[in-house]
Amino acid sequence: MSPRAAWRLETLGFGEVYHYVDGKVDWMAAGLPTEGTNALHPRAGDIARKDVPTCGLKEKLGDVKARVEGQGWDAVVVVNDQRVVLGLLRARELAGDPEQLIEKAMRPGPSTFRPYVSLHEMLHFMVDHKRESAPVTTSDGRLVGLLLQKDVAAEMEKK
Amino acid sequence: MPREIRREEVRKLVASGAQLVEVLPSPEYEEDHLPGAIHIPLRKIDSQAMELLDRNRAVILYCWDTT
Repeated sequence: MSPRAAWRLETLGFGEVYHYVDGKVDWMAAGLPTEGTNALHPRAGDIARKDVPTCGLKEKLGDVKARVEGQGWDAVVVVNDQRVVLGLLRARELAGDPEQLIEKAMRPGPSTFRPYVSLHEMLHFMVDHKRESAPVTTSDGRLVGLLLQKDVAAEMEKK
Repeated sequence: MPREIRREEVRKLVASGAQLVEVLPSPEYEEDHLPGAIHIPLRKIDSQAMELLDRNRAVILYCWDTT
C-alpha cells in the first residue's frame, strides 16, 4: 500500500520520498509511542514489570536464586549482553540443583509478546495457557519487561 | 525512486523535519498512528497530497507492515 503511495507522490512532483518498509507494526513492536484512541489504554508493554531480574547463561542457579529471592521474585529472565531473551526461570526451575548452570536449568525459547498487544488479549492467553507471567520483547527479541497475570487482571478491573 | 528506510532512519528524518504520512484507512489511523503522522488514505493521495503536504520537505509513507 505505502510503496504505491510513495511512487505516486514522486509522479506528483515530490522530490524526497521515503517508504518506511516495516511500517506501523515495527514501530509498535519496538515499544515506541503512538497517538490515537488505543494509546489511551495501557497495553502489555506499559504494565510489564521493567524491574524483572535477569541473568546470563553462565551463572550458577544457586547464585541467581539467592539474588532474586532477596528481591521478592520467583521468576528470572535469561538474556544475553544485548538483553535478547534466551530463556526463562520460573519457581520450578529455580528450585533445581544450585550448582547447575543457567543454560542447563532454564526453560529455553519462551513465548514472548510484543508491547502493543492489548491487555484483553494477554489475559485470555495467560488464563487459557495457565501462564502466571510472560516476557514482553521488542520485535528483535530485546526484553521490555515481564508481564504478570495478576497485574493484567488488576488493570482490567479498573475499567 | 522512493527509498526504503528502517525505523532508525525514520526517527532521524522526522527529527530533521520530514513529514510522516499514514496511508491506511481511517479506523486504523484513528486507533494508532505514529506521533505527528498526517493521514492520507491511499485512495485520496491524488486529491489530498498537494493540499496537505509540503513538496519541498521530505515525506515518509508507511502502512501496517511491508505490504
